[in-house]
Amino acid sequence: MKEVNLTELEAAFQAKIDSEVRIEPKDWMPERYRKTLIRQISQHAHSEIVGMLPEGNWITRAPNLRRKQVLLAKVQDEGGHGQYLYSAMETLGHSRQQSMDDLISGKAKYSSIFNYPTLTWADIGAVGWLVDGAAIMNQVALCRTSYGPYARAMVRICKEESFHQRQGFEIMCVLMKGSEEQRAMAQDAMNRFWWPALMMFGPSDADSTNSEESLKWRIKRHTNDELRQSFIDATVPQAELIGLTIPDKDLKWNEARGHYDYGQIDWNEFKQVVSGHGPCNTERIAARKKAEEDGKWVREAAMAYAEKKKARKAS
Amino acid sequence: MSTKDWPLWEVFIRSKQGLAHKHVGSLHAPDAEMAVENARDVYTRRNEGISIWVVESSQVFASDPSDSDAFFEPAQSKVYRHPTFYEVPEGIAHM
Ligand SMILES: [Fe+2]
Ligand SMILES: [Fe+2]
Repeated sequence: MKEVNLTELEAAFQAKIDSEVRIEPKDWMPERYRKTLIRQISQHAHSEIVGMLPEGNWITRAPNLRRKQVLLAKVQDEGGHGQYLYSAMETLGHSRQQSMDDLISGKAKYSSIFNYPTLTWADIGAVGWLVDGAAIMNQVALCRTSYGPYARAMVRICKEESFHQRQGFEIMCVLMKGSEEQRAMAQDAMNRFWWPALMMFGPSDADSTNSEESLKWRIKRHTNDELRQSFIDATVPQAELIGLTIPDKDLKWNEARGHYDYGQIDWNEFKQVVSGHGPCNTERIAARKKAEEDGKWVREAAMAYAEKKKARKAS
Repeated sequence: MSTKDWPLWEVFIRSKQGLAHKHVGSLHAPDAEMAVENARDVYTRRNEGISIWVVESSQVFASDPSDSDAFFEPAQSKVYRHPTFYEVPEGIAHM
């Protein structure tokens, strides 16, 4: 009897998805849909706040006040993006603290790109242009995801992201108009960030385990490879315009496909970084852990003060 | 975690005079004052608001979505509540 009921509920749920009705927090949903979303949204939220670290690294060393203001505003936005996403995740009944604990214990994942170091100022340009550029490609597609609170968070985020990519590209443009050394620095950043940026879209469709179900439930609307291709097609002309070389000898325009062909991605490197062996994994988690621990007394004090105020009001 | 978690607040923002407050999301804060301050930092970094309401999430009582067909049914059958239900003779422009 219960079996039949579940089948009916699932059919009704799928019918809603198919007719583009958004799913809202208290609606019935399959347990796997809920779990997939909790995993995806929390990973996404973690990526936003871990993503603050490589850029935060350059705030005190930005070359001038304008760049410093811009970078501060961008990093603050990323913190905000994390907040929108944790808020969306909580509507699925998963606590923010639990999610934070999972990040610190290393149980939860976040985008592999943030495990690469930002060695020079040009890296801040490359991150804004390529990393935010790749993130935007993903996030624009997610504005129409089937879960209402996630889609609404994505709409807010996308509005804020557009300046992120522009400020990064502007940094690259200025460097490419500069001295020999500055141009070399920009090219070096490009060389180091190009492939990791392509990896941000996740494994190729043939090897992506979660893809099919996510497409059926319209959590995702495009495959990893489709989004990666769009990113490449959009970015190559931008690089060419300012005189940067894409570090891929197999890259060339394919007239028949109407897309750029590109070389083999080093999935071994991707696996290494995702499984905790990237250049900065340990450092990133340690920084989040320190922030969590150092902030503990502040959270406790604020709560104690709030309770004291409440008690005083009541008496 | 030994720390008591900060309660969750729902945030509503009025984007300009003449418009109603609209739900934008939620956040954690120890009390209402700090919830409003946090909401300013999280939800109005681009001048999205001129007024903020916060309501503790545990205080929100909502209708039950699994019951919504029956719950909202009384309004569905009353087509005569809409102007299109009525016939107006030719020649009458505005009514
Ligand atoms: Fe972001
Ligand atoms: Fe961003």
